[in-house]
Amino acid sequence: MTTTGLREPRHVSGGEAETGHLEELRSDPIGLMQRVRAECGNVGEFRLADRQVVLVSGGEANEMFFRAPEEDLDQAEAYPFMTPIFGEGVVFDAPPERRREMLHNQALRDKLMRGHAATIAGEVNEMVAAWDGPGEIDLLDWFAELTIYTSSSCLIGRKFREQLDASFAALYHDLEQGTDALAYVDPYAPIESFRRRDEARRGLVALVQAIMESRADGPPPSSDDDRDLLDVLMSIPNDDGTPRFSADTVTGMFISMMFAGHHTTSGTAAWTLIELLRHPDELAAVVAELDALEVSAEEISYQALRSMPRLEAAIKEALRLHPPLILVLRVAKRDLEVEGYRIAAGKLVGASLSVSNRLPDAFPDPDAFVPERYLEPRTEDLANPWNWIPFGAGRHRCVGAAFAMMQLKAIFSLLLRDWTFELAQPSDTYRNDHSKMVVQLAQPCVARYSRREHAQ
Amino acid sequence: MSYRVVVDRDLCQGHGVCEGEAPEVFSVSKKGELTVLDETPPDTLRAKLELAVQYCPTHALRIEDRIEED
Repeated sequence: MTTTGLREPRHVSGGEAETGHLEELRSDPIGLMQRVRAECGNVGEFRLADRQVVLVSGGEANEMFFRAPEEDLDQAEAYPFMTPIFGEGVVFDAPPERRREMLHNQALRDKLMRGHAATIAGEVNEMVAAWDGPGEIDLLDWFAELTIYTSSSCLIGRKFREQLDASFAALYHDLEQGTDALAYVDPYAPIESFRRRDEARRGLVALVQAIMESRADGPPPSSDDDRDLLDVLMSIPNDDGTPRFSADTVTGMFISMMFAGHHTTSGTAAWTLIELLRHPDELAAVVAELDALEVSAEEISYQALRSMPRLEAAIKEALRLHPPLILVLRVAKRDLEVEGYRIAAGKLVGASLSVSNRLPDAFPDPDAFVPERYLEPRTEDLANPWNWIPFGAGRHRCVGAAFAMMQLKAIFSLLLRDWTFELAQPSDTYRNDHSKMVVQLAQPCVARYSRREHAQ
Repeated sequence: MSYRVVVDRDLCQGHGVCEGEAPEVFSVSKKGELTVLDETPPDTLRAKLELAVQYCPTHALRIEDRIEED
């Protein structure tokens, strides 16, 4: 492609400091990205230390971004903050061909969803078994713990999950908090969140090491049903017969397998509940839909999960307003063109989920929680495939999106069947913490629960 | 009037939902590669195909109606 005669992207205001817009990205990333669009249009630029970041938005530029092959826009080098979390040698991402294989291997295929639905229902029931009458939960802690159990159980296996408790979730949270954008300058900078990140990873390796040692000393799996992914990995030898995978490597694999589906699902569950509690009419519609389906706790039917349009619309709207990732990044591998602008090789290129999800042309009344926009005849998600992008889009679209929707529907079909909830804080005090690349609900974020009348 | 199944290969990730809905028309290999077994399936399969289009997690499928030319 010839890129002569093209304009250079405009620079957004601010960023006079040596590290450019880094401090703003660390404190108010959505404000920064909105300003890029307001000042520069669909293609603008900000600066992270010595790297320029071209930020695209709008349907046409997003489509170019999400359809681009690896040879044009590469994902592998775009997330330096993930390397200390996964460990050296555990890749953040793989080419689409390999991802397709992994999708198969990682039990995310449609064929296995029925079993996963039942597993998730079991985990929800186990968590609420501790609820005795009315009480309070911290939404971040509660959903983060639940989704550690569901993702470990579905992706690694029931047996491994049985060997975990809340301490695994707590360490995992410290890992997620170690995603400060300062990593674009130095992933090992001497700051508290990086120190805790490295300590948490060592703690997780120690937990996995202890589990591996107990299994190595114990009897082998009695049957295929008794074998989980950890057993499989432990059984793979080197040429000299010694175990191929160390606890460190296994932990890195498990962290990376669980990472994409953890804080994302946990945060979306919390925001779906918060938004429904803020909008009693929507909550009533969802509860009426669930009551009509008569979902049994013992058997969450996959087919039943499909026919929950009101609940699904509420989840989609929570995702649109509060996408758990706000910025996805690539590296330009060669000079590219978008909407008449040149993207020079070597630049970072980003698409903003939080900006695109609220474009008023695509989503009328963009800041309002309006689940109806997904129902016929509006179907605004389908009508705007390159702007409704809470899961990304195109080649790198979240491969766990269908799993995530199924999981969220399974969680709420049980919670809302037996329990009522209310916000325990003023409504406007629930907000996200955007100081890290992994977005999490800011604490405190407390809700009250009590048993529904009919369920007593 | 007949119709045709169209796949956007940039979007397909090999989830296999289409195979679950319409195994007569779609086959997804262990590696996640989609093969369309019949690009112009009979009308009797249309309802199944519409489910495959609706539930494709990446919206990579569509049905293109076309007028017979003869």
